[in-house]
Amino acid sequence: MKLTLHVWRQKDQKTPGRMETYPADHVSEDMSFLEMLDTVNEGLIHSGKEPIAFDHDCREGICGSCAMMINGMAHGPEKGTTACQLHMRKFHDGEQIYIEPWRAKAFPVLKDLVTDRSAFDRVIQAGGFVSVNTGGTPDGNALPIPKENADTAMDAASCIGCGACVAACPNASAMLFVSAKVTHLASMPQGQAERRDRVLKMVDQHDKEGFGHCTNIYECEAACPKGIGVKFIAQLNRDFLTSSMKVVNKREATGADAAAG
Amino acid sequence: MSSTAPTKRSQPTNTLPSGKGVYDWVKPFLTTTVGMKVTTAITGTALTLFVIAHLIGNLKIYDGRDSLNAYAHFLKSLGPWLWVARIGLLVAFTLHLVFALYLKKRSSDARPVKYAYKQTVQASWASRTMPWTGLVILAFVLFHLAHFTLGMVGTTDARQEMARKIVQVGYMDLIDDKGRPDVYSMVVAGFSNNIVCVCYVIAQLLLMVHLSHGIASVFQTLGLNTPRIQPALKRLAWGIAILIAIGNIGIVASVRLSWLGDSYVPITRVGDAPPAPVSQPVGEQATPPKKN
Ligand code: HEM
Ligand code: FES
Repeated sequence: MKLTLHVWRQKDQKTPGRMETYPADHVSEDMSFLEMLDTVNEGLIHSGKEPIAFDHDCREGICGSCAMMINGMAHGPEKGTTACQLHMRKFHDGEQIYIEPWRAKAFPVLKDLVTDRSAFDRVIQAGGFVSVNTGGTPDGNALPIPKENADTAMDAASCIGCGACVAACPNASAMLFVSAKVTHLASMPQGQAERRDRVLKMVDQHDKEGFGHCTNIYECEAACPKGIGVKFIAQLNRDFLTSSMKVVNKREATGADAAAG
Repeated sequence: MSSTAPTKRSQPTNTLPSGKGVYDWVKPFLTTTVGMKVTTAITGTALTLFVIAHLIGNLKIYDGRDSLNAYAHFLKSLGPWLWVARIGLLVAFTLHLVFALYLKKRSSDARPVKYAYKQTVQASWASRTMPWTGLVILAFVLFHLAHFTLGMVGTTDARQEMARKIVQVGYMDLIDDKGRPDVYSMVVAGFSNNIVCVCYVIAQLLLMVHLSHGIASVFQTLGLNTPRIQPALKRLAWGIAILIAIGNIGIVASVRLSWLGDSYVPITRVGDAPPAPVSQPVGEQATPPKKN
């Protein structure tokens, strides 16, 4: 198939970028989206041009690196699929494809389609630690966890931190990401000790990073390659409300507390 | 995630964003994105309840002039309590508006470079236009207050109580046969103007759009939404929004279709000369104004 690509090209963080058009003439339906970009890049290298920079690592839909907006949709048109797992058979011959980086103040573009998503790392860091006992491996089932809670935690933990929720959100809000991380630990007995502090700190860091607010538009849910639902945002809101109202929980935890855990 | 994060040593580890005082207690609701959204949800709920109560009160117009005027008179007679309610509404309205617009400003800053290819997958039109429908409602509320609370928009024909001359007066100068402000005639006169009616209908339709997202959104923001009830909440939101629109537009339509109001000429005391007692035949003066 023959395609026309419109790709965002930007030399570095400082230089302003722009959309450029490239033909992609030898595209097989069996290629993944990233393989298609690889062949386009080979052509660019042969003609002495700078190849299109994009993030990728596992290429099997588990690392969350392959961040790109394809025709205005995070990770492209296929539901529940990362860009690396998207195949060219989802497009038709002669199609115009717009490829842009995630757009958010908190995710500055480093080069072409590559953005700096370390804001997510800082949100995770702000969440702090989980109190678990050190020592030998605990016995299986020593800590009873209801099946529903384990399932919820697993569902939330399937977030790969790709940033599609931020990219798709009209407000560039990271609330789906934060809510998945908050719910993941809040569903487990191990996450209870610091539960109330964690949600407040993570929301605080989220805001500091310059993400927008959640307006319950639910575009994030549609964009998430892992099917994380907005029910987690409702859970985050619940935890935020109860934590904010419980004055007793607003102790000033010090590093020393960790040793007690 | 894409790159290694620098750990900020300058910032104390594990310090909570808020402390122990009363201000610290409300601070999350005034400063964080999640908390400010909760505040807009609570004030939005208060405003919606007001709109419903306001509509139910106005439905008294179908019960006739006396009923509506008596109700308006009752509201006025609440004295200081009316002001408590008005100030409460003003606070709710202001918080709702200021926080919603502040958050909107923040979120446009959160995406300085827009996408070349714009696309949405499942967002409703209503959810994406909340600030714009809200601003139109703000403009409408100001107009509505000028129109019916202050009577600054338009005048109407009225007959002087004593001198019985037809004069042009403001809505605030209309009285009924019991000497109360004639709210009924004011509404009928107010909706005799085409442009005013179009403004009311457009504003009510946009309020409907605003509420169709807003009412369902409140449940999510307050953490009461679950996937199981989400479709029901959407239907509930549309149901309430449509009922409010039908109720309010119905009053405008009823006036336009002459189901309300009639050939009755409202009365006023403006410019009314007290009749000369000697030349006035006895009995004339006591005749009540013609009722319909
Ligand atoms: C088309 C439908 C509506 C009609 C027919 C209507 C009618 C009226 C009337 C007659 C009054 C004056 C009551 C009095 O002072 O004696 C009034 C006051 C008021 N209305 Fe409406 N109204 C409508 C829609 C709305 C909506 C949608 C809102 C706001 C969201 C609203 C907000 C107010 C407010 C704030 C006042 C002033 C209350 C006060 O001064 O204490 N109205 N309305
Ligand atoms: S490259 Fe790892 S998820 Fe796509």
